[in-house]
Amino acid sequence: MEFEIVIGLEIHAQLKTESKIFCGCSTKFGSPPNTNTCPVCLGLPGVLPVLNKKVVEYSIKMGLATNSTINRFNQFARKNYFYPDLPKGYQTSQFDLPIVEHGEVEIEVDGTTKRIGITRMHMEEDAGKLMHDERDPVSYVDLNRTGTPLLEIVSEPDMRSPEEAYAYLKKIHAILRYLDICDGNMQEGSFRCDANISLRPWGQKEFGTRTELKNMNSFRNVQNALEYEVRRQRDLLLDGEKVVQETLLWNPDTNRTESMRGKEDAHDYRYFPCPDLVPIEISDAWVEEIKKTLPELPDDRKARFISQYELPDYDAVILTSDRELADYFESSLIPGATPKKVSNWIMTELLRELKGESIETCKVAPTQLGGLIAMIDKGTISGKIAKTVFFEMMASGKDPEVIVKEKNLVQVSDEGELMAIVEEIVAANPEQAEDFRNGKTKLMGYFVGQLMQRTKGKANPKLANDLFNKALNG
Amino acid sequence: MKITVEEVLHVAHLARLNLNEEELVKMTGQLDTILSYVDKLSELDTTGIEPTTHAHNSVNAFREDGVVTSLPREESLANAPEENGEMFKVPRII
Repeated sequence: MEFEIVIGLEIHAQLKTESKIFCGCSTKFGSPPNTNTCPVCLGLPGVLPVLNKKVVEYSIKMGLATNSTINRFNQFARKNYFYPDLPKGYQTSQFDLPIVEHGEVEIEVDGTTKRIGITRMHMEEDAGKLMHDERDPVSYVDLNRTGTPLLEIVSEPDMRSPEEAYAYLKKIHAILRYLDICDGNMQEGSFRCDANISLRPWGQKEFGTRTELKNMNSFRNVQNALEYEVRRQRDLLLDGEKVVQETLLWNPDTNRTESMRGKEDAHDYRYFPCPDLVPIEISDAWVEEIKKTLPELPDDRKARFISQYELPDYDAVILTSDRELADYFESSLIPGATPKKVSNWIMTELLRELKGESIETCKVAPTQLGGLIAMIDKGTISGKIAKTVFFEMMASGKDPEVIVKEKNLVQVSDEGELMAIVEEIVAANPEQAEDFRNGKTKLMGYFVGQLMQRTKGKANPKLANDLFNKALNG
Repeated sequence: MKITVEEVLHVAHLARLNLNEEELVKMTGQLDTILSYVDKLSELDTTGIEPTTHAHNSVNAFREDGVVTSLPREESLANAPEENGEMFKVPRII
């Protein structure tokens, strides 16, 4: 039997504010435990939370960037549940009146474009952090994160493969980063993702029983976990067994999803409007004002890269998937550095050498990379030498011109100078020269290699071929 | 009856309250009285009246994004039944 995969994602994006959502405590990551807390976020009785305006602004921004409806009237609600990382006994969130609804983004998988719907986005506060004792049956609570502003972004169940889920996640991540409203760090938890996934026989209208996947703290993990869960559910269904609706944790060490033991009761959150926070009314003028601050977004930038720089679709997608990378590319385009060549260098050499680190940590300034590529285009150095220069640049951050000069790497294109060496080589290898003349033209590689050895790789390779042809065939 | 013993037990569990038999009966009775009283409100004709969730009409009570000094940690932890000087200590929850 063939199954159709149905996936929906819930993303929690930590909004990049200085202070928490309802109090002035710092949102700084990595502070000593419980040093960024106050009566409001500790949930002490008698306090009054006051909403951070920036949280509303950022949420509107994200709504506008995803063609969503901004709900002009929205309000907070209390989601009641008991857990030690939630000192108030409820999470202040939004329920029936969220700030954003009915949006969409475009994703591209294997050259096909698809729209993924966004059901809603709502503002809420984060909970604290629990640490479990290895030996004693106790847990420790750090409430620094309590009250950190989150935007929860809920997709429609529109994704039909783990690849599509991955592409959607990447797209939301890119938009948040372009808007500069979330730092997007999955390891530090400022960008988190839960997934709902179910399978149904092809053609069936109703959804199958879904499971919810948690604890996927990297893009790769999200795709791996979903792929694993597809296999697990498919095996169950093919064996005539039932999928149990439950929450599963992804274990990246065993590469499996695992059932959460002792799962809380069926959700019974008893939502009600939060009496401490007055509703939010968003005027058209406010929305217009925020609209004016929207930067060029990933899709627009991609389209521009294709038309303005004549880049292939593939290059444009990769370069614009990350705002900093796209900025880096554009800053590298100094006169003499052709866009496609710069793109090639960034996508192969640079990204490989960065080994997954952010482009912002790169020692090579964009204009330096542009300078290096301009030197190749001008014929000052060969492509091969350029790689040597590039590694040196990555290590020292020096200008390519300086490295080329210091190491005397300028390409030798002087015909007279090279011909003298070529003739020496031919004279020193009479047998190979004879074979070459008798049609063993493959030996050209051998001769050019000799020349490169003698010139330490600096001979202009095109000229080298010409000169050997001349010297050998007269 | 506006509320059953089972419902009270359920809500008590969600709130992590342990009620003995006597308390359970007492609470059910009291809650029933409260709910009956509140139910009186539904006798009012509210046709054409916009539902409201807050007692007054104000909206948009915002603060600008800015950090103010947090509590000293000793004070944050002062009311904790158990702590280790850095963190709150609670029974283990998975």
